[in-house]
Amino acid sequence: MAEKKEMPPELKEKLRARFNEDWRKELRKSFPVKERMKLPRQKMPERDPEERNKDFSEVNLGLTEKWAREEAKRCLDCANPQCVMGCPVGIDIPTFVKLLEIGDYEQSVRKLKETNVLPAICGRVCPQETQCEVVCNLMKATGVPVAIGNLERFIADYERNTGDVHIPKLPPSTGHKVAVLGAGPAGLTVAGDLALKGHDVTIFEALHVAGGVLVYGIPEFRLPKKILSAEVDYLQNLGVELKTNFVVGLTATIDDLKKEGYEAFFIGTGAGLPNFMRIPGENLVGVYSANEYLTRVNLMRAYDFPVYDTPVYLAKRAAVLGGGNVAMDSVRIAKRLGAEFSACVYRRSRAEMPARVEEVHHAEEEGIEFHFLTTPIRFIGDDKGHLKAMECLRMELGEPDDSGRRRPVPIEGSEFIMEVDLAVVAIGNSSNPLIGQTTPGLKVGKWGNVEVDWETMATNMKGVYAGGDIIRGGATVILAMGDARIAATEMDKYLRSKKAKKRKHKT
Amino acid sequence: MAKILKRERLVPNIHLIEIEDPQIAKKCKPGQFVIVMADNFGERIPLTIADWDTEKGSVTSVFLVVGTSTHKLSLLEAGDEVPVFVGPLGRPSEIEKFGKILCAGGCFGIAAIYPIARAMKEAGNTVITVLDVKANFLLYWEDKLRSVSDEFYVSSRDGYYDCKDFIPKTLESVVKKEGKIDRVISIGCTYLMYTCSEATKPLGVKTLVSLNPIMVDGTGMCGACRVTVDGRTKFACVDGPDFDGHLVDWEELFIRRKSYFEDEIESLCYWEKKNFP
Ligand SMILES: Cc1cc2nc3c(=O)[nH]c(=O)nc-3n(C[C@H](O)[C@H](O)[C@H](O)COP(=O)(O)OP(=O)(O)OC[C@H]3O[C@@H](n4cnc5c(N)ncnc54)[C@H](O)[C@@H]3O)c2cc1C
Ligand code: SF4
Repeated sequence: MAEKKEMPPELKEKLRARFNEDWRKELRKSFPVKERMKLPRQKMPERDPEERNKDFSEVNLGLTEKWAREEAKRCLDCANPQCVMGCPVGIDIPTFVKLLEIGDYEQSVRKLKETNVLPAICGRVCPQETQCEVVCNLMKATGVPVAIGNLERFIADYERNTGDVHIPKLPPSTGHKVAVLGAGPAGLTVAGDLALKGHDVTIFEALHVAGGVLVYGIPEFRLPKKILSAEVDYLQNLGVELKTNFVVGLTATIDDLKKEGYEAFFIGTGAGLPNFMRIPGENLVGVYSANEYLTRVNLMRAYDFPVYDTPVYLAKRAAVLGGGNVAMDSVRIAKRLGAEFSACVYRRSRAEMPARVEEVHHAEEEGIEFHFLTTPIRFIGDDKGHLKAMECLRMELGEPDDSGRRRPVPIEGSEFIMEVDLAVVAIGNSSNPLIGQTTPGLKVGKWGNVEVDWETMATNMKGVYAGGDIIRGGATVILAMGDARIAATEMDKYLRSKKAKKRKHKT
Repeated sequence: MAKILKRERLVPNIHLIEIEDPQIAKKCKPGQFVIVMADNFGERIPLTIADWDTEKGSVTSVFLVVGTSTHKLSLLEAGDEVPVFVGPLGRPSEIEKFGKILCAGGCFGIAAIYPIARAMKEAGNTVITVLDVKANFLLYWEDKLRSVSDEFYVSSRDGYYDCKDFIPKTLESVVKKEGKIDRVISIGCTYLMYTCSEATKPLGVKTLVSLNPIMVDGTGMCGACRVTVDGRTKFACVDGPDFDGHLVDWEELFIRRKSYFEDEIESLCYWEKKNFP
């Protein structure tokens, strides 16, 4: 949930100046707040649940131009826009929404991209209901906030669909070489920002495709791959070099790259290490980590087997363990791959589910079952070593734990058997340990997370910065991007100070 | 994209592939592996590194043709490119002066064990190599392995070489003859490594095996390759691939390796029909 914070004075001033621009004043006058509040929220058009739960095409179809402008009218253009504070990267929401309202799409998307370089992605996957939309003043007034996420998506898609993506003019090259480790949202953002500052950026990515979780984790029906590849193309147009099939730490270490002339580093290697339940039978055939299940289906396209060579088990009865976005994606995939029964088994209740509300809602429409307050304690195999059932325990909610959520406590004697031939463990990931293990001197925390100074994203090693899931454990796309933006600013400062020092040395 | 420098059939069904990648070649250590994907529709599969050339900037692997991926690889020629070639992955084998080392290899493991035997020899060990083949015409890299071995045995079911026995029995007789062995290293198909481990258990000789479970990413991200060792779950790709053969849960490994048995057949049939109608 977004915490109540004071708005930084510079941001306040900037917002205020735009708020007072003449066209904004006129727009506010032309259609009074009272009228605006009466407008209904434009519904996101979706494909029919019974049709979409059989394929991998996108569920949400996107607002039309007309509907988007109608929705933009609902924004009250507040003097004190709370939504901006709710957004982890502080997007100037009223300005981009009002530009959309008057039909100036080009300026609207530019305004948006000043703070969010991946709006087509964030518009689709950000948990708006706990960030910008929950604090929207219209939410307080009417209970129905402006559909900020849908508008963000609309404007970004609009630009991409015109085929006329604005490529900013690049400043002259600074000659500084920067290495970005990992091509997830954090890495892509840093690369873009630093390329725009004139640095010579190379991204090193372990997999054969850029995107991180966006490509191997989040499925096509929620985030089409073509959107991601458009973003990656854009970076390459900015001069960013992408080296895939390159595992930093193994193919070359940070020290090796230093010797090759890289001066600054950004570690954005994510939280790629799957957690397991550590209960008996977990290595039976048919029990997957969510990472494996998702990677097979999304990255390796097992849904199109045998056209693609990578197989995945096609279940009749699937259980996905966990209540986050990863669980929702997995359980909806199992359904799409033909499971008659596809259930989310979660040890807490619906209220504690960390998944985006929209995904839970979509899952329900698609025929996903929810078994709350339930946890497996043992996987049971058949004589061939294949999963055939799970022994489960019912839970009840006790006292709140550190995260503030009520802790689930097992109910004694409540054991029961759930017959399943597929179980996907989606109970979270830990930070990827590889960089820590292969970079002597780098400070790494108890959970394998790289430690940073949260003001600057600097690690304890000079010139080495980090952000995203590698410092937070599994978090969100927008937080990864927010970290990346801070890191990029600081890295730019670092590189420029280096140059200054070098010059001083010479004279 | 990585360029193929050479692809050659060594013996029926076993091929060598040499791929250009100076960066990987610089980093290779004995016992590590690479992940290869033959084309854009392919599967990511692990192959043990059998040799490398830092000057030429190339890495060599040897593979047995089994399913679709290895069939595809076996048809590539010098000059072709593969979309995925990544490595070197996994922990390198432990190389030290142990004393007397016995290297037991079969199938593609004959090549895979070569860099380990070489490094063990260089580290000052006495290296005894025992290879297992079904028939004499299936032996390859004999000269390479002889050149790094103090003693060299081949067991071939047709009795062409030193003996006819399957490797566990050969090991027993070699151990009897050579005296105390400090460490056995075994690479080959799962069955060979399993039987080697069973044979050395009563002899009390530490035996390392290089496990080859199914993998996807090969960097610890998916956990497809989990194996139980000493009662604990390990990821072969990052905790291994070398493990103590006496502590591996072999039954589980056999089952997990067959997870996609029917799919593999379907995939191969589909590919054959498409390419050789
Ligand atoms: C299935 C799923 C659904 C999700 N849904 C949402 C959602 O709806 N909304 C949301 O906000 N968040 C969601 N998340 C979380 C979100 O995707 C992550 O928080 C975000 O991707 C983190 O970005 P990152 O750049 O830090 O890391 P990642 O996206 O994990 O990227 C890390 C990249 O680094 C590469 N890498 C790792 N090690 C190395 C190495 N040694 N050398 C080179 N490259 C390396 C990896 O291959 C990967 O490409 C979801 C996550 C998953 C798994
Ligand atoms: S980035 Fe996410 S949180 Fe911020 S405005 Fe957009 S949708 Fe809302």
